[in-house]
Amino acid sequence: MVTNHSAHMATKTSVKKRFDTDYRYGFADPEAGVYRSPKGASSAVVDIISSQKREPAWMSERRHAALKFFHARPLPRWGADLTAINFDDIYYYIRPIDRKQQTWEGLPDAIKSTFTKLRIPEYEREFLAGGGAQYDSENVYHHVNERLKKTGVIFTDVETATKKYPQLVKKYFGTVISANDNKFAALNTAMWSGGSFVYVPKGVHVDLPLQAYFRINAKNMGQFERTLIIADEGSFVHYVEGCSAPVYVSSSLHSAVVEIIALKNARVRYTTVQNWSKNVYNLVTKRAHAHENAIVEWVDFNFGAKATMKYPAVFLLGKGARADILSMAFAGNGQHQDAGSKVVHVAPNTSSRVISKSIAAYGGRTSYRGLVQVGSRARNCKVHVQCDALILDKESRSDTYPTIKINNKEVQIEHEATVSKIGEEQLFYLQSRGLTPEQAQVMLVNGFIEPLVKELPMEYAVEMNRLIELEMEGSVG
Amino acid sequence: MKKRLLDIQNLSVTIDKKKIVNRFDLSMRAGELHVLMGPNGSGKSTIAYSILGHPGYAVRASRLSFDNKNLKQLTTDERARLGIFLAFQYPLAVSGVSLSTVIPAALEHRIKQKRVKKRVYATLASRMAYEQHVAREWFRGDVAENLGSLGMQEEMLYRSLNEGFSGGEKKKAEVLQMLALKPKLAILDEPDSGLDVDALRRIAKAIHRAHQGGMAILLITHYQRILKYLRLDRVHIVRDGHFVKSGGPELARMIERHGYESLSSHGHKNKR
Repeated sequence: MVTNHSAHMATKTSVKKRFDTDYRYGFADPEAGVYRSPKGASSAVVDIISSQKREPAWMSERRHAALKFFHARPLPRWGADLTAINFDDIYYYIRPIDRKQQTWEGLPDAIKSTFTKLRIPEYEREFLAGGGAQYDSENVYHHVNERLKKTGVIFTDVETATKKYPQLVKKYFGTVISANDNKFAALNTAMWSGGSFVYVPKGVHVDLPLQAYFRINAKNMGQFERTLIIADEGSFVHYVEGCSAPVYVSSSLHSAVVEIIALKNARVRYTTVQNWSKNVYNLVTKRAHAHENAIVEWVDFNFGAKATMKYPAVFLLGKGARADILSMAFAGNGQHQDAGSKVVHVAPNTSSRVISKSIAAYGGRTSYRGLVQVGSRARNCKVHVQCDALILDKESRSDTYPTIKINNKEVQIEHEATVSKIGEEQLFYLQSRGLTPEQAQVMLVNGFIEPLVKELPMEYAVEMNRLIELEMEGSVG
Repeated sequence: MKKRLLDIQNLSVTIDKKKIVNRFDLSMRAGELHVLMGPNGSGKSTIAYSILGHPGYAVRASRLSFDNKNLKQLTTDERARLGIFLAFQYPLAVSGVSLSTVIPAALEHRIKQKRVKKRVYATLASRMAYEQHVAREWFRGDVAENLGSLGMQEEMLYRSLNEGFSGGEKKKAEVLQMLALKPKLAILDEPDSGLDVDALRRIAKAIHRAHQGGMAILLITHYQRILKYLRLDRVHIVRDGHFVKSGGPELARMIERHGYESLSSHGHKNKR
């Protein structure tokens, strides 16, 4: 892959100024929701959401139960600093339009223009089998190409699935991540709105990715999308999500729950490119169940957000199942990326590979937090964990918190962790070829994450290299 | 006479408070090939690095100029863009960065300097796209030939630079960059050490061709065997960071036979 070095005309601006101005997706379109709930996480708001969605009583009951868990649980103290979140000052539900559309043309101009600026329709036309777009609380657009429809693949939002495929939703919703799993999963279960529901029938291989794009447009907004992916036996699907938000002074909250069920011999790859603006708290629970010989791959890139706490997890429940978790985090000024992974080996002959790369720059902070647990029945397992941190300056910080719990003796474990700085000698080498210090740094950072970037679809890989350049523009000098 | 290209007078280099180079002089004209020899630890690499402005060095000189431009105020990359190249003795591994990334990026700067001024562009973006395009074309243009002449496989272009490269592959990757970037002056720090005969011949011939094409070469070496392939202008001997002696090709032959200890370290003579 040839990287794009076009952004180096940049001049030397201060770090602060860059972070105020250089987030390309920071534009805000006028707030024009057709309905907005009162602020606060109350049971009245839960009722409003249930009635807005005209959902069955069983779902509404789950929401109310979850809300109690949310209020009962304390704020986690072990990760990023969340004390500044004011849960009473958040809009938990904003409906942007009356009806979801199947064409981009059907959307109101303001919303259409947001997604056009983000180049989502263009991308979908060229590279995807189906696309969904969420604007504040609701999916405003969902489309699946004709060829895919014929295979029986379902790609819609969870609301629609609750009505059209209640047996599937009842069977799987909340089975991977229970309502009381953690405070933010509880909040999501109470307030969830939008997200994706994917069902891939037995033996179906979806050759192009499905993509969902999440946009927060309103101020003080909480977005709680809920995603449920079921890959039936022997099927394959690659699901890609992207996200962004305008730059506001006040904070927004994004708290998603993603559940994946990969049945026997299925393979699911879930790719995230998270680029929230730096006023968003990104507190997400993602977990997958991998049954016999199934493969689950999380590819997780975190660029934006004020604070992220996200640990994609795989429970290897069936023998021979495999987990691959590749994660990358970039923390700049004022950001804390507390990210990592969890793998639980329950069944024998299961294997997992975790590769995490983090970059801390301009006073940013990255933490790797990982759990590997091998149960007593999980004989003959293989575990490989590698976490590499790169720290670009003295103001930045990186920590590693690995936890490994092994309950049997027939396990092969490899754990590697490195912390490095960009070496003066490497910079000197590249500069001796005529590259500017800035260009050399970008090249080294891109080189550091290259093993992960090459796992991305081409268009995302190019975008990733461009994001690194944008983040680092003007950083030297 | 050709114009003066590199002019070093009274160069002293201190690293971590230790004086490594002391009052060193060197002068080269465009297109000349000079050889710098001396025992291990005599400061040859330090001289090479100081010409490129290594950030860890404290450098003092009454004159340090290239193409009549004072290098002392310039950063490493600015010096490189004037047309100085350094082939490292021990090039570091650079993860995830390949020759196919570095060379076009470096070429883009040359295109900026040379060509683009003559064209008018509608937008900045179209200019940058053009530069990238030209850089890749230049890269593709002669890279196949250069790979062939050095006996390198094309996949070397896409591997992480120097990561898991053999000694010979590292030296070849350095020389390939020199051939691609076409500097006015290439400083080659022991491009011949640790090579088998075939690799040595290919590298020596590549250097010779570049020199024939007008490139000035400052070659640091311990051995006579590479010099057989080259047409030398001058040989300089350094010892303990001092300039000791200059001469023609016969000086290198003499060193090979009798060693450095046959020379007096106080013989400050025969300078140009």
